[in-house]
Amino acid sequence: MVGALDMTRKLPKKDVVIIGLGWTGSILAHELTDEGLDVVAIERGPWRDAPTEFPPNYAQDELRYRIRHELFLQPAQNTFTFRNKMNQTALPIRNWGAFMPPNGVGGGGVHWNAETWRFLPSDFVLRTHLTERYGAAFLPEDMTIQDWGVTYDDLEPHYDTFEYLCGTSGTAGNLQGKVQDGGNPFEGPRSRPYPNPAQKQGFGHTLWAKAARDLGYKPFPQPSGNMSRAYTNPLGLRLGPCTYCGFCEWFGCGNYSKASPQTTILPVLVRKSNFSARSNSEVTRINTDRAGKRATGVTFVDSSGVEWEQPADLVILSAYTMFNVQLLLHSKIGQRYDPVANSGVIGRNFTHQTMSSVDGFFDKSKFNFNPFIASGAIGMCIDEFNGDNFDHAALGFVGGGYLGQVQTNGRPIETSPVPPGTPRWGAKWKDAKRDNYLSSLAGGSIHSSFYSYRDVYLDLDPAYTDRFGRPLMRMTIDFHDNELKAANYLTDKYAEIVKAMGANQVVKKPRKGPYDVTAYQTTHLNGGAIMGSDPKTSALNRYLQSWDVPNLFVMGASAFPQNAGYNPTGTVAALAFWSAKAIREQYLKNPGPLVDA
Amino acid sequence: MAELRVFCTGDLRPGRFDRWRRRDLLASTAALLASTALAKAELIRGALPWTPNAGHPPDPVKLGPWLYFTAAEAETIEAIADCIIPPDPQTAGGKDSGCAVYVDRQLAGPYGRSKGLYTKPPFMSGTKEQGPQSEAGPAAKYRQGLAALDRHCRSAHGKPFGQLDDATKNSILSDLENKKLTLQNADGNAFFEQVLKDVQQGFFADPIYGGNRDMASWKMIGFPGARYNYLDWIERHNERFPLPPVGMTGRAEWSER
Repeated sequence: MVGALDMTRKLPKKDVVIIGLGWTGSILAHELTDEGLDVVAIERGPWRDAPTEFPPNYAQDELRYRIRHELFLQPAQNTFTFRNKMNQTALPIRNWGAFMPPNGVGGGGVHWNAETWRFLPSDFVLRTHLTERYGAAFLPEDMTIQDWGVTYDDLEPHYDTFEYLCGTSGTAGNLQGKVQDGGNPFEGPRSRPYPNPAQKQGFGHTLWAKAARDLGYKPFPQPSGNMSRAYTNPLGLRLGPCTYCGFCEWFGCGNYSKASPQTTILPVLVRKSNFSARSNSEVTRINTDRAGKRATGVTFVDSSGVEWEQPADLVILSAYTMFNVQLLLHSKIGQRYDPVANSGVIGRNFTHQTMSSVDGFFDKSKFNFNPFIASGAIGMCIDEFNGDNFDHAALGFVGGGYLGQVQTNGRPIETSPVPPGTPRWGAKWKDAKRDNYLSSLAGGSIHSSFYSYRDVYLDLDPAYTDRFGRPLMRMTIDFHDNELKAANYLTDKYAEIVKAMGANQVVKKPRKGPYDVTAYQTTHLNGGAIMGSDPKTSALNRYLQSWDVPNLFVMGASAFPQNAGYNPTGTVAALAFWSAKAIREQYLKNPGPLVDA
Repeated sequence: MAELRVFCTGDLRPGRFDRWRRRDLLASTAALLASTALAKAELIRGALPWTPNAGHPPDPVKLGPWLYFTAAEAETIEAIADCIIPPDPQTAGGKDSGCAVYVDRQLAGPYGRSKGLYTKPPFMSGTKEQGPQSEAGPAAKYRQGLAALDRHCRSAHGKPFGQLDDATKNSILSDLENKKLTLQNADGNAFFEQVLKDVQQGFFADPIYGGNRDMASWKMIGFPGARYNYLDWIERHNERFPLPPVGMTGRAEWSER
């Protein structure tokens, strides 16, 4: 630890301390300041805003942001150790690969694609649903999927709130139970249409949708937090139309066209007299009373290494998945998960995503896709193979994902595919780059679920430490057969669509094991501090309230008992609004457990 | 459609770019990590903080002496760059497009010393899936790898790499790639993979970093560069985008050299 305890300086008490000022921290800060509470948010990284940090005169820099990871946490600040199996020695992730932990104000909301999905109603009652349909014996024995303790109907109003906050662009597929043409017919009922029409689509996205339709599927535009038109959100903040610059995910938007805390909440929040934020200040511990039953505030370290105590009545933990779990472990809140004894909850049901893809190479004299014209959440998708939208009985696996032609960029370091068999360098490589850049598609996204297993979990590493000398968190994670079977099945389905588009060459890239920490998938890490109905198998109750410390609420995808076949942010935000409502309407009147253990 | 570019929306006067180019700064990426690594804790309340250039505009690479490589090392890297990206009648090769300059400036900057990465011991070798675990950063690896390659070329062929004929150069690189050739005191395959990645990234990165000179690679493939607005082309399906590429500092003809 930095500094002995008697060196710690104590700040005046606040009503609420928020750990991490990303999407959920901003939402909770906004909601709780509206309630009149005095709120301070403590953020590990820098303050970030569009005009100063990523203005459109130099935001379009692939090397700096995509390759050198400018906007992300630096592993020197904090990283994790990783192994596939419990009998291996975990080694530190020295440079990011499989996922990109955020850092700084706005969190992942700065550099996300803005793909703004809702999970399926059945996703929230997954174990019950699958058991009823296929029988308990259909699920692998070591699969630890659970119901969430919250339902789609509980969350619908909060999905709606987030979409209107963001100005999500999309086409409704189910309005109050009535299926709509052009939208996702599998989605849960929504109370009203998206606030903005769907984004325009490029040639590749459109051609893919036509081929999918010809094959009998029902393609629809991906719900996007990139603006299809100018939009003023309910807080009075204005966003501009997306210009399809193709530098969206991994980058910040300097054009106020991507929904982020910076564009949808912070300019209003920061003006409130009962809100303040501390940047470049890292919370190292949630403090509790002697019995460990009540949080008394947090300890944080500023950029000079000075340690401060911030007392508060209510603690909101709203860092990224991994750091939520890490802080709970370091603070000794909740029983640590033990995969051998199958006991404890903190670190349990850790999951990621199972991403596969298909590339298509086309005749360059007939096809010109202009792949560089795109947005982070552009694209056309089908949902026939997501969740339990299709019969799994004969397939030998559960789960699935959306399939989409969602090519987000033609940034040439990352996205200039060459056909298989091309040498990796030399004249033939150069020719292949020249000949295929405009006439290939590399945006095939097979966005499959990652269900939870007994031997996929988080705990503390016995050897490696962070800059404060604390143990790094250790990830033990591998793909299981269920996920790899799903990946193969979905990839075959996707390849049929690309073939129907008229590709000369279709390259299938189903995800294969072992889980590789150098291969980028998504930043959708989930679980480790999951919600549920039973304190023996969950860290949080259905309102994201800690079972152990009732004045601590934990936001984020760390609450997901398993991951669905969608991008998580819509659900993360809906849960945050759901939790905020419970705090405002129930907890503050009678601070204590909202659910009896 | 209107000529759109990334640097500014209305002001097309060349003076802006002159001022940009004249900035006298050190290595191209020196300031890259400054915003997060050196930033101070602040208390924010009442209004959005605003500091000019808080995000640090990139610092253009300037031509001039090598910052990291020795002259002999640079000759080898330029030769390797031309093997990886051979010149052809339409498009410059790795050397003339500046890839060696790019790598030199990267190695002299934070990338070369693994700044921002987790570099705490112990360093143990693990599985491929666990990622690189080596203690040496890219700059040190280049120094070791280039020395080892030089020793090999002199002993096996009697000349340094850059003075060999093209067929021999290519076969040495192929053998490193396929692990048929091992070098003494360096991991030849890892060195090859590192150079391959860096040279190709330099070829396709913005010319501000020293490679991709005159936007050679972007012209070659048809990437219009650091543009900012394609609103009037998103629905012009299957039509080639008509404008030439721009970099972060615009196009060469927009300002005096």
